[in-house]
Amino acid sequence: MRFRIEQRPEPSAAMRIAAPVLASILTLIVGSLFFASLGHDPLPTLYAFFVEPLSSMNGLSEWLLKASPLILIACGLAIGFRANVWNIGAEGQFTMGAIAASGIGLFWPNPDSALLLPLMFLAGMAAGMAWAAIPAFLRARMNTNEILVTLMMTYIATLFLSYLVHGPWRDPAGFNYPQTALLPTGALFESFDPAYRLNPSIFITVIAVLVMWLFTDRSFLGYKMSVSGAAPLAARYAGFRESAAVWIGLLAGGAAAGVAGMAEAAGPLGQLSPQISPGYGFAAIIVAFIGRLNAFGIVLGGLLMSLLFLGGEGVQMTLALPSALTRIFQGILLFFLLAADFFIFYRIRVVRPARDAHVLETARVAGD
Amino acid sequence: MHPRLELRNISKRYPGVVANDDVSLSIQPGEIHAVLGENGAGKSTLMKIIYGAAQADTGEIYCDGNAIAAHNPAMSRALGIEMVYQHFALFESVSVVENIALSASGAFDLPSLADKIRELSLRYGMPIDPHRQVHDLSVGERQRVEIVRCLLQAPKLLILDEPTSVLTPQAVVKLFDTLRQLAAEGCSIVYISHKLDEVQELCDTATVLRNGKVTGTARPKETTSLELARMMVGSKLPEMHVSPAAPSEKPVLEVRNLSAKARDHFGVDLKDVSFDVRGGEIVGLAGVSGNGQAELIALLSGERTHGHYDAIKIGGTPAAGLRPDERRKLGLAFVPEERLGRGAVPSHTLWENAVLTAHRLGTVSKGLVDRRKASIFAAGVIDRFKVKANGPGATAQSLSGGNLQKFIVGREIALAPKLLLVSQPTWGVDVGASAFIRQTIVDLSRAGTAVFVVSEELDELFEICDRLLVICQGQVSPSLVRTSTDREEIGLLMTGRKMSKDRSGDVALQD
Repeated sequence: MRFRIEQRPEPSAAMRIAAPVLASILTLIVGSLFFASLGHDPLPTLYAFFVEPLSSMNGLSEWLLKASPLILIACGLAIGFRANVWNIGAEGQFTMGAIAASGIGLFWPNPDSALLLPLMFLAGMAAGMAWAAIPAFLRARMNTNEILVTLMMTYIATLFLSYLVHGPWRDPAGFNYPQTALLPTGALFESFDPAYRLNPSIFITVIAVLVMWLFTDRSFLGYKMSVSGAAPLAARYAGFRESAAVWIGLLAGGAAAGVAGMAEAAGPLGQLSPQISPGYGFAAIIVAFIGRLNAFGIVLGGLLMSLLFLGGEGVQMTLALPSALTRIFQGILLFFLLAADFFIFYRIRVVRPARDAHVLETARVAGD
Repeated sequence: MHPRLELRNISKRYPGVVANDDVSLSIQPGEIHAVLGENGAGKSTLMKIIYGAAQADTGEIYCDGNAIAAHNPAMSRALGIEMVYQHFALFESVSVVENIALSASGAFDLPSLADKIRELSLRYGMPIDPHRQVHDLSVGERQRVEIVRCLLQAPKLLILDEPTSVLTPQAVVKLFDTLRQLAAEGCSIVYISHKLDEVQELCDTATVLRNGKVTGTARPKETTSLELARMMVGSKLPEMHVSPAAPSEKPVLEVRNLSAKARDHFGVDLKDVSFDVRGGEIVGLAGVSGNGQAELIALLSGERTHGHYDAIKIGGTPAAGLRPDERRKLGLAFVPEERLGRGAVPSHTLWENAVLTAHRLGTVSKGLVDRRKASIFAAGVIDRFKVKANGPGATAQSLSGGNLQKFIVGREIALAPKLLLVSQPTWGVDVGASAFIRQTIVDLSRAGTAVFVVSEELDELFEICDRLLVICQGQVSPSLVRTSTDREEIGLLMTGRKMSKDRSGDVALQD
């Protein structure tokens, strides 16, 4: 017996709903087997992973706090991804956004000005966009590969941050630690409640999700971008400019990542240090795909990813699971989620045995 | 004597379609047997089943009286069944003999194989130099390579799938001579086509398919083409009404001394192309495919721009440097040859595909796509052009080729263009829908639109065009008035042969 993969004539609506459910069930089964085989009781482990982090106010606050930048960045990236513009350097754009915003926060002459936060917001956005504009220019003008350029620009940004906090921006009163001075109060988002870290920057994300939805689902510009992504020749046929798709795609990702960097610096961090991101820029790529490049899907994807971060830390602390184990488990879940999507567009059919002895020949003819 | 090949009650289903329904036919040794049918009638599926590339769900195949079990292409070759595909599977960058050696089993002995190719191709009247590179060959010559490749296996049954669709009229005559010679030597031939005149000229027997079923078996030489057409179409054939043209004073499209380098290695350079299309007339471009049509149409549509702005004028405005959307503002509409991926986005719905070019007609307002208006527009096209689709929400890829073509033609015509470019308007479209599309194009032109049609089907061009141009190796002939030219003259121009006598009336041809 052999199997053949076939494209469905229409994407399956039932599978669209069933895929995440199927993926969750498979993850629970495989994850349980995996934990059990290593001597950890599966049920308490899964409980510690998925339920415990959400059973306290602090847990909920941390959940949303970590989900916010993931969702924000993923929204920006998805605009590009829909047009086949592959910005994988959001980490660098995030870093540049944080640097520019912190620079304003630290050195603005009047630290009590009410304009400080808005200025930092603009500076973060502008810096993220500027960082993304370099690969956009190179792709639009010289047809360079934006995947490589955005990725390499990330290393430049990270090293630039390292230089600043080790050198010119190092806090003189900081006992030689590589970090800047704390941002003044006027340059920080005030938490909703002093006990928790969640702050109003989450509203930026809410607005970004709505804007992203409006752009991709309703606007003509978003429509043009989706044509560029789905059928470049049709975009050329209709006269939609490819370079416009490249610019918008990269700048949207850069702006979102830059703002996320600003919100992180002006929120939970309060200062710059060599490591300001736990990998938000890269994790957001996965979030965008889990959310199927759709605004509301991305919200769910971001919440899931954030929970995986928290749950992973949780089981390391409470059950003393090695961090490698938690990462493998996260990998299993993401693998199943993305793999299950495959069945929305394809199906597997059983082929009766004797009739297909000569696969190569058949392939030659079928490809005709 | 057993028939060379016999099919008994063959049925084959694909999801949602019955491709072949209880098909039986039998072919004698030395017989030329036509399988006639419209596009989508199930001809190609049947041939794949005969060749073993697809398996029938039910039914049996007998070769020389023996049942074939577990059929596959390797088995076919062992039995002496060979197939020439409509789209050739040749490697462009190597020579003829190397191509043939790659597909042949056995020792790799190029010199002796080259001798055999030369001898065999001469014997069957289609000489071919085994050492030429395939990318230098014309389409007709490439087909010879495919046929010679089959002949080297000394086949007992040769299947040809729409072999003349890429040939000039003169090359068709030569091909038929070869096929008759083969048949006289005892080789059976299955000839798949939808062209009645060719079948009547060449074939001894015809099996006609419609919707996967055999609707009749005929002796084409003793049957009128009307009877055959009825068997193919099943209903009364629509008639065309072509009223005389009344061309406008000023041309809508002016092309002057347009030259352009091919964009890729295997393309064709355009050399000094000049012509006009006036409002109210249809001008056709004939030519064997791959002679620069793709380059010309891309330059006219704006998918490719040109530095000399005056080389192309639309409504008097220099347009060669404008993008497609800018040219559309000047009144251009365009139906490209490829429907999926160029004329329409496969994964998008029909209403979304309506927005692709109809965004100027109110389907977009204040930067937002108006889904309701787009749906109404798409529904209007579906309704007016009788597109078989599951409403405006159906995806483009779920439509059959002919229906999608009707949708795209309908969308472009609904834009009320001043200038309509159409490339291969009825490729893969069934007879009824083709007639409808042609009639719509004629009606549009009589209402004042300038129409430029590129087609490889001479019949089509002769049916609807007022004037004809011929493209050969990137050069476009002066225009010929349809009523004072004929197939032979066009055919000669298609092969690049220069004409000495002036038949067009107004312009002297190159000598």
